[in-house]
Amino acid sequence: MEAVNLLSSNRYTEKQIGYLFISVLVNSNSELIRLINNAIKNDLASRNPTFMGLALHCIASVGSREMAEAFAGEIPKVLVAGDTMDSVKQSAALCLLRLYRTSPDLVPMGDWTSRVVHLLNDQHLGVVTAATSLITTLAQKNPEEFKTSVSLAVSRLSRIVTSASTDLQDYTYYFVPAPWLSVKLLRLLQCYPPPEDPAVRGRLTECLETILNKAQEPPKSKKVQHSNAKNAVLFEAISLIIHHDSEPNLLVRACNQLGQFLQHRETNLRYLALESMCTLASSEFSHEAVKTHIETVINALKTERDVSVRQRAVDLLYAMCDRSNAPQIVAEMLSYLETADYSIREEIVLKVAILAEKYAVDYTWYVDTILNLIRIAGDYVSEEVWYRVIQIVINRDDVQGYAAKTVFEALQAPACHENLVKVGGYILGEFGNLIAGDPRSSPLVQFNLLHSKFHLCSVPTRALLLSTYIKFVNLFPEVKATIQDVLRSDSQLRNADVELQQRAVEYLRLSTVASTDILATVLEEMPPFPERASSILAKLKKKKGPGTVTGLEDAKRERGVDVNGGPEPAPASASAASTPSPSADLLGLGATPPAPAGPPPSSGGLLVDVFSDSASAVAPLAPGSEDNFARFVCKNNGVLFENQLLQIGLKSEFRQNLGRMFIFYGNKTSTQFLNFTPTLICSDDLQSNLTLQTKPVDPTVDGGAQVQQVVNIECVSDFMEAPVLNIQFRYGGTFQNVSVQLPITLNKFFQPTEMASQDFFQRWKQLSNPQQEVQNIFKAKHPMDTEITKAKIIGFGSALLEEVDPNPANFVGAGIIHSKTTQIGCLLRLEPNLQAQMYRLTLRTSKESVSQRLCELLSEQF
Amino acid sequence: MRFMLLFSRQGKLRLQKWYLATSDKERKKMVRELMQVVLARKPKMCSFLEWRDLKVVYKRYASLYFCCAIEGQDNELITLELIHRYVELLDKYFGSVCELDIIFNFEKAYFILDEFLMGGDVQDTSKKSVLKAIEQADLLQEDESPRSVLEEMGLA
Repeated sequence: MEAVNLLSSNRYTEKQIGYLFISVLVNSNSELIRLINNAIKNDLASRNPTFMGLALHCIASVGSREMAEAFAGEIPKVLVAGDTMDSVKQSAALCLLRLYRTSPDLVPMGDWTSRVVHLLNDQHLGVVTAATSLITTLAQKNPEEFKTSVSLAVSRLSRIVTSASTDLQDYTYYFVPAPWLSVKLLRLLQCYPPPEDPAVRGRLTECLETILNKAQEPPKSKKVQHSNAKNAVLFEAISLIIHHDSEPNLLVRACNQLGQFLQHRETNLRYLALESMCTLASSEFSHEAVKTHIETVINALKTERDVSVRQRAVDLLYAMCDRSNAPQIVAEMLSYLETADYSIREEIVLKVAILAEKYAVDYTWYVDTILNLIRIAGDYVSEEVWYRVIQIVINRDDVQGYAAKTVFEALQAPACHENLVKVGGYILGEFGNLIAGDPRSSPLVQFNLLHSKFHLCSVPTRALLLSTYIKFVNLFPEVKATIQDVLRSDSQLRNADVELQQRAVEYLRLSTVASTDILATVLEEMPPFPERASSILAKLKKKKGPGTVTGLEDAKRERGVDVNGGPEPAPASASAASTPSPSADLLGLGATPPAPAGPPPSSGGLLVDVFSDSASAVAPLAPGSEDNFARFVCKNNGVLFENQLLQIGLKSEFRQNLGRMFIFYGNKTSTQFLNFTPTLICSDDLQSNLTLQTKPVDPTVDGGAQVQQVVNIECVSDFMEAPVLNIQFRYGGTFQNVSVQLPITLNKFFQPTEMASQDFFQRWKQLSNPQQEVQNIFKAKHPMDTEITKAKIIGFGSALLEEVDPNPANFVGAGIIHSKTTQIGCLLRLEPNLQAQMYRLTLRTSKESVSQRLCELLSEQF
Repeated sequence: MRFMLLFSRQGKLRLQKWYLATSDKERKKMVRELMQVVLARKPKMCSFLEWRDLKVVYKRYASLYFCCAIEGQDNELITLELIHRYVELLDKYFGSVCELDIIFNFEKAYFILDEFLMGGDVQDTSKKSVLKAIEQADLLQEDESPRSVLEEMGLA
């Protein structure tokens, strides 16, 4: 309280102490806050610059929301008023910045924004510095408002950079002109893309070249401050060049400059050079130039004493890796891994795994690398890495034999890591037969090798090994007896761990009871895994955080990989398709060729594939179409069906008994669809009640294109079923067949009718014939929200009548179904029971079938 | 800038300025952690390190460590220079500053820092204008103190 009193005194000392006290000890005590705000307001209004300065300082230090509310309007005025002193302008700009950072919504964009941009031209460099900071932050949120600042910033920057050292006097720092201001202006320019105006762009390029040139000149002073300041400007300029990514010669020059820094005496500069080069490596223009420095970087990796610099070197190697230098880089990273710090090992492991996979031309090299990885840093090899190697080995036939042999040899080492045992166990279980011919790796030898490690492993590994043993029983009947003995031993059958005990018991039983055929089917080779995004990449991104170098360069790398014409995806899918995979057919229903309908849609696709016949005329309804159908009962637009190849969207409008539906077929792939034929199928009953008329569609659909089909609909009489849309086309070499239900339902021809309460009840009594009423009590499928329910009823087509039902929680609706032959009046009443989460729906119409159908349709919606 | 710390080789905190509202407990925790990391660094190591999700720029002057925590996109070298500029200001003001000056006149150190940086950004980089502002403030203080004493005694 005393402090607040001090604030209002006229004496500077007391005011100062008061403000200091407030800034340090503010809390949300509302009484004091109001008084404080009042005091600040008075000070701001007084034209005394010292007092205004103090007040602004306090606001900036505290920056709470109440202060922002009070002052966010005032401060911009102070900022742009003509008669405020320079020092006050500075403070006001930064204060506004602080308020904006804490409460961006409370700072209104007014006409002061253009005046703030003009501050960039001010005489007083302090004001310019403050204004630039402010504009940089504001421009990130509203780039449009501050576009004019770009040209002003460029001209200011060029004036500074080309000025002689005597011009700026006090703002020259150890012979570098206004370094802080230059850095801030360069930051501001990074908020915008390269300027379109050629004059401005030319000036900017000149400016950047000057900065780069200055770096080459001999230093004007021996002091480290001079070089630091000069290099600060240089690094910021390089960031700008990288951000713009448009001038190749600037990029190359920047790259060369950074290359020089890589070998500088000062550690700071080496660190920053490595960091900047990481971002440079992802730009297409300079990627080549960056690669030339690979030797230096590798050297740095080996000889640097500072661990953070070594870490940066690893990052840079990862960034600059591509097809040509992948083996070398991976080898270097592996050798570094042996001596790396524990804190960064996991990251390096992930990176090596990703690089090895991405750039593996020969998959034997990949297998070797991963096994080496496990050998060197087994503890840090996370699950994703060895899952991935197993996936790849299984998907690729050619490398299976090699993998089995290598793993076998690796396991013979006396001390091998548990992850290696896991991988080895799995691979030998699947592909041990490929090396069983060689007497050194005969089945018994393999088994003994694995079993020798058995007792050294943890529970999950042991479980995996047990599975491997039963696979051996299938593959090598000669070791069956040995394995059965092992399984029968007490340490398995009475093992403390439930999983192991269960596995041992079941496998033992299986091996004794099952005949060879069943055993063979149960223990079939694993089918190839579907291609999925690498979970390792996801893990790496999670570790490094979003928006870092890895994310950025992966996005650019995706571009690059396609440009390099990556052969990996093609052979992967080819081999996946060509493997006959009788094992995909779990129920052994005969050797059907792989399901032709492309990769199955997400929900429950596998079952459909097993039962479907490839060349049938009409494929069964695509799974998931039921859900979409229900959604379309109450709405007219949206996506009806989507799978990996095709997307079907709908837009429909209905009037009385007529309707028109636009069906959009989108080709999601990059290959053409040929013989594209959609047909509408209606059962006989349906055909008499509903008339559909369509126009033919172009049979060729280009990749990425969308074609439209118009369907004219007329409702002759009420109908129960929905028509089916069947689409057949050829994609690549395969024949595709998709069917979905078209959501043309009776309620589409429902016209809402407003009526008063008395009319409603009158009609309700009129329709009291038992056949005319249908009632349904059902459990709510969706959360019972009033607004949503109302919206659904209106979407259904009925008019929602307010204040008709004495119970306000109930919903009442009325409307007329229009058909060519008849008009049928309908009344509905929906009573929700929130406690039981159930509804009671009553429908009364003049025709029984209509009541039935509408009740059915509407019950699904809730 | 998120915050700035000054601490001695023995781990005593001399000055702390926070530009982002954090609770007291959080602050203490961060200070402790950061001090441990920085004090463990060897002299030849580079001045930048990554800590949590921030970059930390530090420099040692005699027995004091000056530490600044900046955001990911800020320029590290310029922050290093900022630290140096602040030290120069202190030097000019106190005349060959040492740790004792900062201990005994910590409020002046805070005032100088406030004139130089506001809300985490550099306000004015000109040494002269910052020092002039501080001198003016000092003059005001000196003017007022004898007068206020005389007033209280009823003699002015």
